[in-house]
Amino acid sequence: MKRLTPGTILAALAFAALLGADFYAPRLINPYVYQILWLCGINVILASSLNLVNGFTGQFSIGHAGFMALGGYVSAAIAVFAGHALGGVPAWLFLVSLLSGGLVAALAGLLVGLPSLRLRGDYLAIVTLGFGEIIRTLILNVDAVGGARGFTDIPILRLLLSGASEPTPSLSIVSCTAFLSVLIIYRMIHSPRGRAFVAVREDEVAAEALGIDTTRTKVTAFVVGAFFAGLAGGLFAHTTGYLNPSSFQFMKSIEIMVMVVLGGMGSLTGSVLAAVLLTVLPEALRAAQGYRMVLYSALLIVLMLARPQGMFGSTELRLPWARKGPGKP
Amino acid sequence: MIFSREFRVRTVAASILVATLGVMALAGCQGGGKAVLKVGEYGSMTGGQANFGISTHEGIQQAVDEQNAAGGIAGIPVEVTKYDDQSKAEEAQTAVQKLVNQDGVISVLGEVASSNSLAGGPVCQRAGVPMISPSSTNERVTKVGDFIFRVCFIDPFQGNVMAKFARENLKLSNVAILKDLKSDYSVGLTDVFAKSFAAAGGKIAVIQTFSKDDQDFRAQLTSIKATNPDGIFIPAYYTEVGLIARQAREQGITAPLFGTDGWESSKLTEIGGKALDGCYFSTHQSMDNPDPLVQNFVKGYEAKWGKKPDALAALGYDSAKLLMSCLTELAKQDPEGFKALQGNATPVNRDARKAAQKKLRDLIAATKDFAGVTGKISLDADRNAVKSAVVLKIKDSAFSFATSIQP
Repeated sequence: MKRLTPGTILAALAFAALLGADFYAPRLINPYVYQILWLCGINVILASSLNLVNGFTGQFSIGHAGFMALGGYVSAAIAVFAGHALGGVPAWLFLVSLLSGGLVAALAGLLVGLPSLRLRGDYLAIVTLGFGEIIRTLILNVDAVGGARGFTDIPILRLLLSGASEPTPSLSIVSCTAFLSVLIIYRMIHSPRGRAFVAVREDEVAAEALGIDTTRTKVTAFVVGAFFAGLAGGLFAHTTGYLNPSSFQFMKSIEIMVMVVLGGMGSLTGSVLAAVLLTVLPEALRAAQGYRMVLYSALLIVLMLARPQGMFGSTELRLPWARKGPGKP
Repeated sequence: MIFSREFRVRTVAASILVATLGVMALAGCQGGGKAVLKVGEYGSMTGGQANFGISTHEGIQQAVDEQNAAGGIAGIPVEVTKYDDQSKAEEAQTAVQKLVNQDGVISVLGEVASSNSLAGGPVCQRAGVPMISPSSTNERVTKVGDFIFRVCFIDPFQGNVMAKFARENLKLSNVAILKDLKSDYSVGLTDVFAKSFAAAGGKIAVIQTFSKDDQDFRAQLTSIKATNPDGIFIPAYYTEVGLIARQAREQGITAPLFGTDGWESSKLTEIGGKALDGCYFSTHQSMDNPDPLVQNFVKGYEAKWGKKPDALAALGYDSAKLLMSCLTELAKQDPEGFKALQGNATPVNRDARKAAQKKLRDLIAATKDFAGVTGKISLDADRNAVKSAVVLKIKDSAFSFATSIQP
């Protein structure tokens, strides 16, 4: 058993606070703020999982929205069709559907990653770009999940603790999943295998000379990234209650990538903060009406000019008293 | 440098966060207790469908400005809060959440695209806020719940309209159909048309199919020609229709072609040219309709926005008009409830407001023969508009009003 550090205690407290969110949050905030908060949670998962691939392993994937769409539709389809068969959606079915969404996305990641990650260079970018579009076009042509009209009446993840009858999505589940996802990715990066990710990013030839199976390392990062994207897609489906293929266009992948680049490629805390910032910012700017997206883009440009390496570069945001982790360069 | 790199990183990050929170706090502090009636609108002001959203907004704004110039509703002005959803479903949902739960609007107007209405609708339904979609034609939109309405007709309805027009106005008895196999819109319209035309005593000669983006229709047209029809119904979009018309005339088919609102585009006659002369299609409204209601709207719109209104502007105008006429009725029937709807929602008036919104919903649901620019609107049990459609005739690459057909 490791000794308890202030960081561990703080993390445990934060987790407890997130777990209890359904209990106190509906009393404090209105459903609009609620919606922004769970969108933040979903974007945190998307950004940190993409950072694992693009930032830490140095690969260039631009098909994250495709994995998200796959996870979302699989998860929604399981909940809807199994829900019909069972005459209701019990809590365990959500667990099954969310995990299946993640796993199917991971499987797709394996199929796409295995051939394309053997190569070096920009092939992955092109393959993932194509993959994202293929998934979207496939969904458009499947009438059982609504096709172009969209998938309606997806069961909503309900409140965990307060037992309210209103189908408000559960903030606890979204935020705790986000917390755990970031934690898992963090632990992964700071494990020996995680050092291999960074080694591959820094110099593939040198990494290979050290005995690292580079293809395996890249595929691992890619599959894990795809799994979390699928999981985020599932959460998205069960919180909005409606999916439309147009939500998963190429631009969605770019949005996620902007979060990663803005936070800093190779900074997990950077991804988390950038995801929150870029979710909140467009909402905060609503008062600007027509100039909203102009302001948003201008702010992004200013940020990138001021810090080309992203808000955090490749350093993590640490509490002053926390011990220096093995992640320091 | 005095400060370490890490310190600077933190300072930058912290200042960005503080700035964001500051902007949010400012945004949350707007609005006072003025006596206004707040109505929300969401639509695509940017993105792929921006011109639809802008047209609709201009129609809504015109209706509201006219009402306010005439003294508002029972002396209370109406105020529209509009949010852009960038033509994205999830943005539409967030925008409606803000309108309903943060701004506390009485009712919501929007969206054009059915997918965005399907994303925003459940939020209104859950909160008990009546929503009127000006122009979402997909059947599922109003199935979201009993607080969701629309002022346009649904897709299959035009099948009935054209069957009636073909049988009664064009006196056709033997009609061929050419449909797009992969489009919900085309398949649905074909079924309705075939049923309705047969019921009116006509005969369907043959149904031929094609797929979107096809270029060559000669094979289908040859088999259609063999049955010697006196008209061809083509429920499809303008690109294919233009090509079909050209190829049909090349093959010596002289029978008139007729279709639905998928035809309505200036591209149609660019592609089809002369081949389309004497063809007809149904749509929501024609700005040539001599009805004074329509002509006044067109004049007002041109004066205000400096351009000709399109069908979406007219539907936006009607959705706002319908809502305001129901609010006027509410002010008469239930002055107390009407009072609760004024200004912002407060914890004190919450229940009264909810009750008044429920009453407003009942009033909208009971709409009968409301005289709109796009025709006489009645809402059926499924909260869909039952109204007249217009048929336009094509001549020398221009569309002109042919007739208006009652359901």
